[in-house]
Amino acid sequence: MSGRSITEKILAAHAVEGRAVPGSIVTVRPDVVLLNDVSGPLAFEQFDAMGAERPFDPARIVLVADHFAPAPDVTAAGAIAMTRDFARRHGIAHFYEPGRGGIEHTLLAELGMVGHGSIVFGADSHTCTAGAFNALGIGFGSTDLAGALALGKLWMRVPDSIRVELHGAPGAYVTGKDVILELIRRIGSDGAADAALEFGGPGIAALGMDERMAVANMAVEAGADCCVFEGDAQSLADMQRRGMAPVEAVMPDADAAYRAVIRIDLCALAPMVARPPSPASGVAVGTLRGQRVDQVYVGNCSNGTMTDLRQVAAILRGRQVAPGVRMVVVPATQKIWRQAMAEGLLEVISAAGAAISTPTCGACFGGHMGILAAGETAIATTNRNYRGRMGHPDSQVFLSNAWVAAAAAVAGEICPPDEVMAMEVAA
Amino acid sequence: MSALLTGRVHRFGDEVNTDVILPGRYLALRKPEELGKHCLEGLDPDFIHRVRPGDILAVGRNFGCGSSREHAVIALKAAGVAGIVAVSAARIFFRNAVNLGLPVLLCAEAAASLREGEEASIDLDAMAIAQGGRDWTAAPLGAEVRAILAAGGLVPRVRQALGAAA
Repeated sequence: MSGRSITEKILAAHAVEGRAVPGSIVTVRPDVVLLNDVSGPLAFEQFDAMGAERPFDPARIVLVADHFAPAPDVTAAGAIAMTRDFARRHGIAHFYEPGRGGIEHTLLAELGMVGHGSIVFGADSHTCTAGAFNALGIGFGSTDLAGALALGKLWMRVPDSIRVELHGAPGAYVTGKDVILELIRRIGSDGAADAALEFGGPGIAALGMDERMAVANMAVEAGADCCVFEGDAQSLADMQRRGMAPVEAVMPDADAAYRAVIRIDLCALAPMVARPPSPASGVAVGTLRGQRVDQVYVGNCSNGTMTDLRQVAAILRGRQVAPGVRMVVVPATQKIWRQAMAEGLLEVISAAGAAISTPTCGACFGGHMGILAAGETAIATTNRNYRGRMGHPDSQVFLSNAWVAAAAAVAGEICPPDEVMAMEVAA
Repeated sequence: MSALLTGRVHRFGDEVNTDVILPGRYLALRKPEELGKHCLEGLDPDFIHRVRPGDILAVGRNFGCGSSREHAVIALKAAGVAGIVAVSAARIFFRNAVNLGLPVLLCAEAAASLREGEEASIDLDAMAIAQGGRDWTAAPLGAEVRAILAAGGLVPRVRQALGAAA
């Protein structure tokens, strides 16, 4: 019998029925159940329809108003009110809305609710972001999570594991975003279907926790069930910084069985841009040089962190957003927003002519706060560039890291960041 | 859910994601009749005028990929879609469909062969798909999925579980 992957070990530690071997059905108890103002209201209605009276454990439920927040209209306000009411009715202390919260996946990490070996069930496909922390984040729909709220457990098929070995160190302007865009380009948008992506190897040391979140966040764009990084000194220190008890990382056995092993040499990567309408259509940034953009959007659950905002400010310091281009910057949480203010980043970014938003999922999913008109083009640090994702069906979105997005804002077109950085800076 | 479905076929390609099935701007809606009006609007705004109750979708690879929004399944059902024959379907979408009682049959050959606009039938007990004298058998469903469908969806199934525990 072969050894076990990280995913199999974490699932085994949370399974109440079944054996955690690939292809088997297990019933799993999560540590945290996460819902937002879009998935939550449907789940709450189903929870009531199930005849459930109270959720399994209010202390392990996190409700975040982040999608249509702050509410742009009466319908959205009603959905947030339902979420607030569910929290109040059931004594759920972890309810967050604008001013105190942020985008759910970034916020969950900040709250110290996800660390080595945790499992998060989230009614949002980007719950896989938790993989950055040596945890499993698994996305579900609302009815499944209504069941999880009622019973504290859900069935799932144990995924195969795909090992992604990172080697070397990335060059300038190459980030976690480029690692995941390169991986999805190689394996395709369902290349990791029915599988967990497991990241390890010496190269992970070159990726900070923010960058690991950017990688893990887009695992679902490769069709993965979930994603998990090996733990290391960085992830351990991060847990302690967030006030979590230091728990040993879950590591794969040397003889774990993988569906595939993929090697990525970080030093060979260029900053990537995924062309519309698929996150799998990445190319090196230079290939798209000269592609005009109308809007630049930095934010969302993959790339709205301090790391991203520092990159944006480094490009914009002493420079201006190009005429005819609008830039929207969305710090992912209130804490990040305040830290960016304290570091002076918001001053640099706003002085350059960019708009800074309160934390929200906003325009990333085509909701509000920066929707595209017909015929418009955006470059965004978000995770999906499907047709019409950020607005009109005849608008288009290119995906990139924050360096590349900010460089496009200054140049008015897609342009390698080093070329923008070589441009003269106003005194 | 009845075991035998009959309806006209509408064909779509690969990678039909949940954003085009139900665009993000409608995600604050919850009522089926409101969501149904926007079904597949991001890909084919005319679909809603062509579809009739009981119709069947024949689709390509990775159907329902992307967002976990259950609104996509609600919209399809409310628009009248009674069954989906796919080459493959994204995990979350497939679960959402099962939980709400919308059958998704995985059969690459049928998905490729079903003809647009013509009537087809699905026999859920036999996992059989037929059109114009030709027939195909879809991949069998797992025991858990069959149990949820047999209960009439996840809501009645959890209701049973809670009742048994009480």
